[in-house]
Amino acid sequence: MRGTTEAINLVAFSFGNRFVGAGDEIVISVLEHHSNIVPWQMLCERSGAHLRVIPMNDAGELRLDVYQEMLNPRVKLVAVNHVSNALGTINPVVEITRLAHQVGAKVLLDGAQAAPHLRVDVQAIGCDFYALSGHKLFGPTGSGILWGRSELLDAMPPYQGGGDMIRSVTFEKSTYADLPAKFEAGTPDIGCGIGFGAAIDYLESIDFDAASAWEMDLLRYATVRLSEVPGVKLVGTAAQKASVVSFLLDGIHPHDIGTILDSEGIAIRTGHHCAQPVMERFGIPATARASLAFYNTPAEIDTLVRGLAKVRELFG
Amino acid sequence: MSELRDLYQEVILDHGRRPRNFKVLDGANRKAEGYNPLCGDRFTVYLEVEDGVVKSASFQGSGCAISTASASMMTEMVKGRTEQGAQALFHTFHEMVAPGAATPSGQPKVDLGKLAVFTGVTEYPTRVKCATLAWHTLNSAIEAPGATVSTE
Repeated sequence: MRGTTEAINLVAFSFGNRFVGAGDEIVISVLEHHSNIVPWQMLCERSGAHLRVIPMNDAGELRLDVYQEMLNPRVKLVAVNHVSNALGTINPVVEITRLAHQVGAKVLLDGAQAAPHLRVDVQAIGCDFYALSGHKLFGPTGSGILWGRSELLDAMPPYQGGGDMIRSVTFEKSTYADLPAKFEAGTPDIGCGIGFGAAIDYLESIDFDAASAWEMDLLRYATVRLSEVPGVKLVGTAAQKASVVSFLLDGIHPHDIGTILDSEGIAIRTGHHCAQPVMERFGIPATARASLAFYNTPAEIDTLVRGLAKVRELFG
Repeated sequence: MSELRDLYQEVILDHGRRPRNFKVLDGANRKAEGYNPLCGDRFTVYLEVEDGVVKSASFQGSGCAISTASASMMTEMVKGRTEQGAQALFHTFHEMVAPGAATPSGQPKVDLGKLAVFTGVTEYPTRVKCATLAWHTLNSAIEAPGATVSTE
């Protein structure tokens, strides 16, 4: 896969065209990245299915009580992220999956933001599809993974036709290769795949539990330090969070914050994070977001906080 | 800080904090919306044009300090110019902040006056669209009033 986006599009196209029809329902959440919204809207447009959206509370946690009420036998797929890229919320994906399966719905998890921070065990979660991106795992851009249950992938039609995905081709009829080649038409980006493999080897070589614990320490430290900065408002205060801190500073636009911090050597993401419905839910155009990895240090968080003082000095 | 001060000059900070002509324009007969889908900045530009001359200009919306200041100073600078004069200002401004970007040939260069404070933007390629959003919107209000223009 070229990334989480293509992985989700594959499922929306292949699973969707085979198993989703008029009157059926797809359930997503308000926390989703655009890549887990738009492919489902496109599926609904061509199939006549309906899109349902799980709301969240003010902390940025999904409303499971509402989700439970939304579930019914017409729901064919539930597609939510494991970790919100905009807020850092870790969604209760085991419970979400269990409830979906009770009504016969399949579950796709967007793991783009989860895979770098959490140990992901798709068997323990029980989900049906899991999508992630190589560039979030220190690999090359344009690489990614779609994991799916083989019985489902076997039952799904090919996504793209071409070389490598066939068993035999005649003008009367073509037959398709077994998994995973069935979904891999054409010459792939081989170098990219090798680079992604090297990144995964690296992640397997480190003590991932120690890295996760370090990230949790950084999250706690960043949350405390940022909360002390006058004018800072944290956006997304879920009880379960990955090491992502989204925030606002007075009325200062996050792009201006980002430029100042950049000059201090601190790279953050600013904007709507490709999650405009999240911004709309909070009535804001954008946030500044520090996404912390295991290579970050408390000293860098101190630099971030000092940078914010400069931002206030300039724009205050 | 010195490079940053080239970007965030005092005039820009001032217009960013207290944008001028930040309102719906009574008597506007030209209007366009501008949107940067990558960052979410969004402006509406209003013009009152009489006999081909911009009598008044205003804007509303939300954006960063650069885009707000650029919109604010633009509404001051285009007042009293002909529509062609306003467009020439747009093209000259665009050429200054994004040198080498495609500019329609045959556009006369005009004196940018105080808009020269935006020259620091050239050092920040990601902020060029902030500086030009309102100007693209102005151009749209003149050429295709009512349209929504996107920086993408």
